[in-house]
Amino acid sequence: MSSENTQLRPSGPTRQVTLLVATRKGAWFYHGDPARGSWRTDGPHFLGHVISHVVLDPRDGRTLLAAAKTGHLGPTIFRSTDFGANWTEAARPPAFARAKGGAGRSVDHTFWLAPGAAVEPDVWYAGTSPQGLFRSDDGGISWTPFSCINDHPDYLNWMGTVQDGTPDGPKLHSIIVDPRDPAHLYFAMSGGGVHESLDGGRSFAPLIDGLDVVEGFDASQPSFHDPHCVRLCPTNPDRLYQQNHCGIYRLDRPDTRWRKIGDTMPPEVGEIGFPMVVHARDADTAWVFPMDGTSVWPRTSPDGQPAVYVTRDAGASWQRLDAGLPKAQAWWTVKRQAMTADSQDTIGLYFGTTSGELWASPDEGAHWTCIAQHLPDIYAVEVAERPAP
Amino acid sequence: MKVLIPSALRAYTESAHAEASGATVADVLDALECQYPGIRFRMIDEQGRIRRHIRIFFDGEQVRDLAQPLRADGELIIVQALSGG
Repeated sequence: MSSENTQLRPSGPTRQVTLLVATRKGAWFYHGDPARGSWRTDGPHFLGHVISHVVLDPRDGRTLLAAAKTGHLGPTIFRSTDFGANWTEAARPPAFARAKGGAGRSVDHTFWLAPGAAVEPDVWYAGTSPQGLFRSDDGGISWTPFSCINDHPDYLNWMGTVQDGTPDGPKLHSIIVDPRDPAHLYFAMSGGGVHESLDGGRSFAPLIDGLDVVEGFDASQPSFHDPHCVRLCPTNPDRLYQQNHCGIYRLDRPDTRWRKIGDTMPPEVGEIGFPMVVHARDADTAWVFPMDGTSVWPRTSPDGQPAVYVTRDAGASWQRLDAGLPKAQAWWTVKRQAMTADSQDTIGLYFGTTSGELWASPDEGAHWTCIAQHLPDIYAVEVAERPAP
Repeated sequence: MKVLIPSALRAYTESAHAEASGATVADVLDALECQYPGIRFRMIDEQGRIRRHIRIFFDGEQVRDLAQPLRADGELIIVQALSGG
């Protein structure tokens, strides 16, 4: 199986890789050497702050946004225009519209940050907990809500209550901008399903056909869908992969029906997990990090034996990648934002664990090395690639 | 009036104490916001509610309504309440 637009060409001149690690108690950056074999620690930044996500603006290669709150204080966004040397706070962080009588929702934390399209250099999107979608047109300084999502009766119904969400709050995540068309957007909600806009966010519609839900529930209702992570393939933007509460899926547009591809995973491992990672140049290649989704949902590595699984044929088959990872008694969870890849000639893969370990592979997952230990609970790992100095 | 600032908010004020005036708690918080942009939203959510782990006291009594009137010679104390490990 191959995709028409798949390209395996190298990515050009070597770019320095920095890992942006967001944790429950601050952010750390790890600057890689050209071989991505040694890493210089830079941090903590925002020690004690709950950092959900730190993202580089790939359009200028120097602006960072960080989604933050603290145990006591409300949420905000910090912004750096010098790659983390200095930070300033957003003038108007994401906040819901005020409701009459003060009964409306309030943002607990911004969970997901996504830069806009290359042709819209100051646009950013943010997803929050509880579920909300926001946009900035000034590089992340001020944020405005999408009323068609945040205040729409259907969407409010599909979002459910805080009790319907993940343990630390229901989330809007996986905000994707089609690189060919800035008006073509996707996002996902845990819970609440996957949604698509073709008009720049003026309207959205569910995109949930083909996805399973927990037994006994109505799959036609977005309320019962729990997409964990959705990714678009850069070299084939018509292809999406999804790690879902009920398995792994692929969607090839213009089709609107997701196809299950996780049933080819080893049954003793299963197809449950949080993250989904795609290859920068090969739309048939993707990686997952399975977790135990049986019985009471331990959400740990199955049998305490962590492994990444890769497909190189768009989900027809999966191969285990665990060289260098612990062989037993490693009860990790890797959260949905905590696994990512770079775009070097040989793709580097990275993940962070709930136990505060940061792991790296310079060879597409074939060999793994732990590059940091004893960090707080890792919430997100992102790659920043910049021209080598 | 004198406002005691908790450690979590001193990145804004650079001091444990601030001066702000107003006829109500809301007015004083607005005055603080003018001096220290961003500080109010960290304490008060977009619906006008005091955040879960923030407490405000005026002359020793807990404030539950931001419309509460204040005497100019009183002291407002903002406290970061317990929020877990």
